[in-house]
Parts: sequence; C-alpha cells; structure tokens
Amino acid sequence: MTAIPDRAPPRFRAGDLLGDERWRGLTIQALALAALGLLGWFLISNLVANLAALGKPIDFSFLWRRAGYDINQRLIPYTSDDPHWRAAVVGMLNTLLVAVLGCIAATIFGVIAGVLRLSRNWLVSLLMAAYVEGFRNVPLVLWIIVTFSVLVHATPAPAAFRGEEAEASMLFGLVAITNRGTYLPRPVWGDGSALLLLVVALSVVAVWVWRRLARRRQEETGQPLPVLWVSLAILLVPPALAFLALGRPLSFDVPAVRETGIANFQGGIAVLNSFMALWLALSLYTGAFIAEIVRAGILSVSRGQTEAAYALGLRPGRTMRLVILPQALRVIVPPLISQFLNLTKNSSLAIAVGYMDIRATLGGITINQTGREFEGMLLLAGFYLTVSLVISGLMNVYNRRVAIKER
Amino acid sequence: MSDTHARTVAFSRDTMLPPVPPPVRETGAVRWLRENLLGGPLNVALTVLSLVAIWWALSGFLPWAWRGIWDASSLTECRARRDELYGPGVPAACWAIIAERWPQLVFGFYPQSGYWRPPVALAVFLVAVMPVLFPSLPRRMLWLLPPAPFVIYWLLWGGSLWGPATVAAGFALGWGVWLLARRGGAGAGLALAAGVAAAALWWWWIAGPLAGTLARGVPLALQPVLSKDMGGFTLSFVIGLSAIVLSLPLGVLLALARRSEMPIISTVAVVYIEIIRGVPLIVWLFTAQLLLNYFLPRGTNFDLMLRVIIMVTLFAAAYLAEVIRGGLAALPKGQFEAADALGLGYWQSMRLVVLPQALKISIPGIVNTFIGLFKDTTLVAFIGMFDPIGLTGSIRATTAWNGIYWEPYVFIAIVFFVVCYAMSRYSIWLERRLEREHRPAT
Repeated sequence: MTAIPDRAPPRFRAGDLLGDERWRGLTIQALALAALGLLGWFLISNLVANLAALGKPIDFSFLWRRAGYDINQRLIPYTSDDPHWRAAVVGMLNTLLVAVLGCIAATIFGVIAGVLRLSRNWLVSLLMAAYVEGFRNVPLVLWIIVTFSVLVHATPAPAAFRGEEAEASMLFGLVAITNRGTYLPRPVWGDGSALLLLVVALSVVAVWVWRRLARRRQEETGQPLPVLWVSLAILLVPPALAFLALGRPLSFDVPAVRETGIANFQGGIAVLNSFMALWLALSLYTGAFIAEIVRAGILSVSRGQTEAAYALGLRPGRTMRLVILPQALRVIVPPLISQFLNLTKNSSLAIAVGYMDIRATLGGITINQTGREFEGMLLLAGFYLTVSLVISGLMNVYNRRVAIKER
Repeated sequence: MSDTHARTVAFSRDTMLPPVPPPVRETGAVRWLRENLLGGPLNVALTVLSLVAIWWALSGFLPWAWRGIWDASSLTECRARRDELYGPGVPAACWAIIAERWPQLVFGFYPQSGYWRPPVALAVFLVAVMPVLFPSLPRRMLWLLPPAPFVIYWLLWGGSLWGPATVAAGFALGWGVWLLARRGGAGAGLALAAGVAAAALWWWWIAGPLAGTLARGVPLALQPVLSKDMGGFTLSFVIGLSAIVLSLPLGVLLALARRSEMPIISTVAVVYIEIIRGVPLIVWLFTAQLLLNYFLPRGTNFDLMLRVIIMVTLFAAAYLAEVIRGGLAALPKGQFEAADALGLGYWQSMRLVVLPQALKISIPGIVNTFIGLFKDTTLVAFIGMFDPIGLTGSIRATTAWNGIYWEPYVFIAIVFFVVCYAMSRYSIWLERRLEREHRPAT
C-alpha cells in the first residue's frame, strides 16, 4: 500500500473568486449587493435632489391639513373640514367594503358556476361555459363600465315608480333599482334589540357546543346525534321567541318614492350606482375565475375516493362532506385566496366609475390638492401591500395546516 | 337437471332471435335528450331555467344587433333612419359608429397615409414568432426572429431605416466577436466581455455617423410617427405584445433568482416580487406617469409609452416569476440531481434540463398571465393614453356621437374576446401536444 501523499492545500489565488465554487457564490452576491446599493443610492439621491429642487422635500404633515372635499359614500362620519388622513381612512373603508362584499358574492357565483359547469345537463354546462369564457376573456374595466352604463342608462328613473300605475315596480316590494342608485330597506333597531342580538349570539354558541358534543359522542361511542335539525332549531326558535317576547324590537324602513315634488326615494339605505357597478362587475368577473378553480378542485379528487367511501357504507352527503370536500378544498383554497387578493387589488379600478375608494381619495384628490405625489403614492402602495401581505400570510398558515403530512 | 327442465317448461326456443334495435328512448337524439337535458326533475328544472335565461339574453340582444344600422354619420341620423325603417323606439343598434370610426378605434391618431404600417408590423411579428409557437415548422425560420424587432420598430415609429439597422448591426457584431472569441478558445466570461465591448464601441462611435451617412446616401425613410399619436388597438397591441415578449425572460430570471441558494439574491427576488404583486397595476401606472421622472437625473424625460411598456413588463415579470417558480417546484428533485451528476454547470443544467421541463409544466399559467397582461393594457386609458376604451370616451364627446354607449363596447369586447380566447385555445392545444410527447412509445 502506498500512502497517498498529503497535498498541500492549494494557495488562494484571486482567480478563485470566480472559478472556485466555494467562493463564486459569495463573489456574485457581493457584486449584486454592491450593484443594488449603487442603484438604490442613485435613485434616492435623484429623488431627494428633484424634490428639493421643486421645493417640496418629503414631508407627511399634509395629512393633518384640511381636506376640503366631499366624499359621497362614508362609513364613518366625515365632512370636508376633516383632515386628509381621515379622508384616506374613509377611502380605505370604502375599498375594504367593496372588496369584502365582492369576495362573498364572487365565491357564491363561482361555486354555483363551477359546480353547474360539471353538470351532466348539456344546456346548463354550456351556459356556464359561456359565462366563464365571456368574463375571463374581456377586460374587467370594460365590464365595470358596461355594468355602470346599464345601471345608469337602462334602469328606470325614480319618477317611474310613482303613482298607482307606476311603470316600474320595486323588487319584492323592498328594493328599488333606479338610475340614481339602488335603495335597500334599512333595519331599525328598537328598544331591546341589544337583548335580541344577545340571544342570537347565544344560539350560535349553543349550536357550536352541540356540534362538539355530537362529534365527541360519535367518536367515543360511534352513535351519531342529529346535528342539522337540532342546529336549525337552536338557531331559529330562541331568537324568534325573543323577537316576539321583546315586542318586535326590529323593523325595516322600506324606501319609498316621494309622490310630490322632485321624484326621489326616501328612507332605506341608498347605494350609489358606482358602488353597485363596481361590486357586481368585480364579483361576476372574479366569480368566473373562481368557477374554474372550483371545477378543477372537484375534478382533482379521483373517482376512486368516492367509490371507496361508498364501499365503506357512507351515504352520498357524508361522502361529499367527509371525503371529497376536504380533499378538494386543499386544491381550491390557495388559488381562491389569491383570487380574493386579485379582487381587492382590482377594486382600484373604481376609477372607471368614480367610486371613492382609497385610490380616489388619498391617491387622487389629496395628491392633486396638496401636490404630494410621492408621499401619497407611497402610502397608497403601502396600504395595498399591507392588505396583500396579511392575506397571503393567512394563506400560508392555512396551507401549512392542510398540507399532506408526508412520512 | 336438464330432464326436470325439459319436463317443466312447455316451450323452449330452438332458434336464435334476430338482433332487435334498441328501444327508441335508448338511442339517438331521444337518449341524448333524456340523459343530458331531462333526466330527473332537478335536471328538467335546470333545463327550463337555462332556456329562459338564454331566451331572455338573446331576445334582447339579437334583434337589436340584427336591426343594426350601418350607414349614418351621427347618432341623430341613426335614430331617424331607425324610426323610418322600424318605427320609433324599436331597439336597433347603430353600427354606423363602428363603420365610421373604426380607423380611429384601430389606429388612434396614426397618420392616415400610414394605416398600412401597423398591420404589416403585426404580420411581421406573427410570422417571426410562428416557428416558436408551432414546433412543426422548419427550424430555419427561427432566423426571422432576431431582425423582427428592428423591422417592427421601423414600421411603427418610422424615420430612417438606417437607425434601427445600425443598432441591429451592433448586436450582430457583438455576437460575431463572441463567436470568434469562443472559437479561438477564450473563456466564457472573456468572450462575453469582448462581445459586449465590441457592440458598445460600435454603438458609441460608429453607429450614429454611419446611420447619418447612409441616410443621406440612400434615403430609406418612413414618415416618423410619435408615440402619442398611436392609439386604439394599435396601442393595446404594441404595449401588450412588447410587454409579453420582454417579460418572459425577466420572469424566468426572477424565478431562478428566487429559488437560488444564494441568500442575498433570493431575498432581493422575493422582495421585488412581493412588492410588485402586492400593489395594483393602476398604482404602478400612476407611478410611471407621476413619479418615474423623480427617480432619474434632473431634466430626464422620456416617452410615456416607453415608461408604460417598462412598467407593464416589470409588473408582468413578477407574476410570471411566480408561475414559473411553481413549474420549477413541481419538477422532481432527481432532474436537478441528474443534471449535476452529468457534470453540467448551473446555466447548462438550467438551459438543457430544468427549464425546458419547468416551462412546459407552467404553460397554462404563463398564457393566463399573458391574457391578463393583454387585458390590463386597457388601464392605460386612465393615465391619458387613447386605448380603445379611452377612445370611446373621446368619440362620445363629439356632437355627432354624443349618447352612444353599447355599440363601441360590444365591438371592443368582441376584439378582446377573440384575441384572448385564441391565446387560451393555443395554450390548451400546446398542453395536449406536449402531453402526447411524454406518452411512452408503444
């Protein structure tokens, strides 16, 4: 046996920085960092110099100055005397309102369309395919504008609702869709409505407790308890009794058209056409994407799973709930949430119909009035970024919880 | 057993019955109807409901569209002709606006004598990308690809042919030098540096004067067109297609950077992707319009259209990077390891082993991103550019067409639908074809 002579460790040469795998990574990263630093320095020094030359160094104090403009949809009290930051908050709430309601409606549209597109009924699946392809292949802006035009130009004026033989009638006698806006009934909370709400909350808690009990009993003894009917009873009976016992504390203020003078609706909740158009178009558009996600999710669960569940003796309802849905949801939920994110970002297209979202208040009128483009855009981008990061953070938590445990 | 049978059964057939056609309700149209439309009460209800919906939609739209009036020069004239033909108040479309204004909807404010140029540019683009899109075409056609951008630029913006030609010559020179250096045995880095240096020298010293001399000698020029004169679908296509072509390589690089083992590189990629994706495109477009100049040396100002193309490219690249990262993640680890085991370097293994497969997996996502990008070009209407949607506003502002809404929208929607639907069909076709390639040979 010949001993392999110890090789002297190779002397470090400058060329190794690029040629040797051990150093190359570090060299490249150092160069990248240096280039990035230079670029950042270049951009920021330009920015500072440019803003200084224009006489408006970076300064956020404009947020506390008087805004001086009105906002036609406010979820919190606001007048034109309030400061800019309050206008921004009003816009932020408007964005979040249309986003949340849009997500709910889009999910409903999407689930219905996605399930129906898999229907064996040829006509229904054709209709749903037309809906999905029609909305997916035409720009959202166009849909928003068209929906707005339909609401403004193709719905009756309030005057048409007047008189005994009105040309237009209210939907179910409760909702009026007019070219000025949509009017909804408004709940009026009377004395004792707090107690009523408390009863409702207690019923919800009771349902939850009952479901847990039923599940634990089934896991321990194998005997199921009726869940659906008992839940429904708990949910409906006590609130109904409380409603009657408290002397009907909750009533609805139904909008009505003024019969004399200028025809417009009074009472109820007035919803702007810009909001309706944005909300409808966003939910229909996103619904088309969600429909495809739902369809793909259901198709992704192999048929063998259904057959195996039947072979175990599970009935179709339970098969769906216990076997198919948990697996389909794992596929559906992540892209679904990214659709919610898209919807939230797309709500900035409110600009097409003049809905006062945060882009219109902070990123529009405030910038125009104060000339603070940089600060305004920075805050605007920060808002959207925060919403995105929060939602995608939640999604990551979900993904980690439902991930297949690989052994 | 057979004895008992023979005794108990009075009659037993000893001839074969001829085959009988299946019952009517189990064949042809009847069976199809029963299975697809009328199976069970729920199905019948759904069928009726869909029929009502279809009737409701078509009975409103079709007569309106069919009665459409094609020759009129204003909305009032349209209405007058409608009253004359069908009686007052009958819904009838006024397609005359499309007939009269289609050059504007397609070309914007492009000079009229140059209307042939954008379609020719589009044709050049389509011919050049054909061999990329359809692998069955002869590979030699790929040579059309490199000169195409210069030809398209010249056709769209006009000016002297020699400007783009000398720029292209710089690329060719750089490539030639690189090739020579590689043949001569230089290292990869050295060859690249030599090529870049040669091209840079060419552009710096020679290209400008040469283009000037050539233009004086052989004046091959088209009427110059400013970016702000482009509008309508020309604008949508220029922005959309440039961003599509430019964002794909950037997206691939970002995806690779995000998966890189070098922490600084991957952090930078993550931060970039998340920031771009977290903020809506409209905010980025406003940034391009209002703020971009602040980040550049004082006095710099460049074309709004170029700024928009850059912004849309950077935006789409972040989305593409996520799609491609999904493709990379879906690739079995063995592929990476096999490439390493063959002794391939990083770029070789990416180019030859990893990316072809990863991109194949991500085709549907990539095409979806492209469709989204093309649809998003309509957002430039809000920063004062005249894309088709922006133009409808200015057309409606004229006295002749004041008050017209649906017809231009329908026209624009149909064009977008056709383009986007074609893209999605292409992606489905490609996916099927690539799937077939993977089937084991029989």
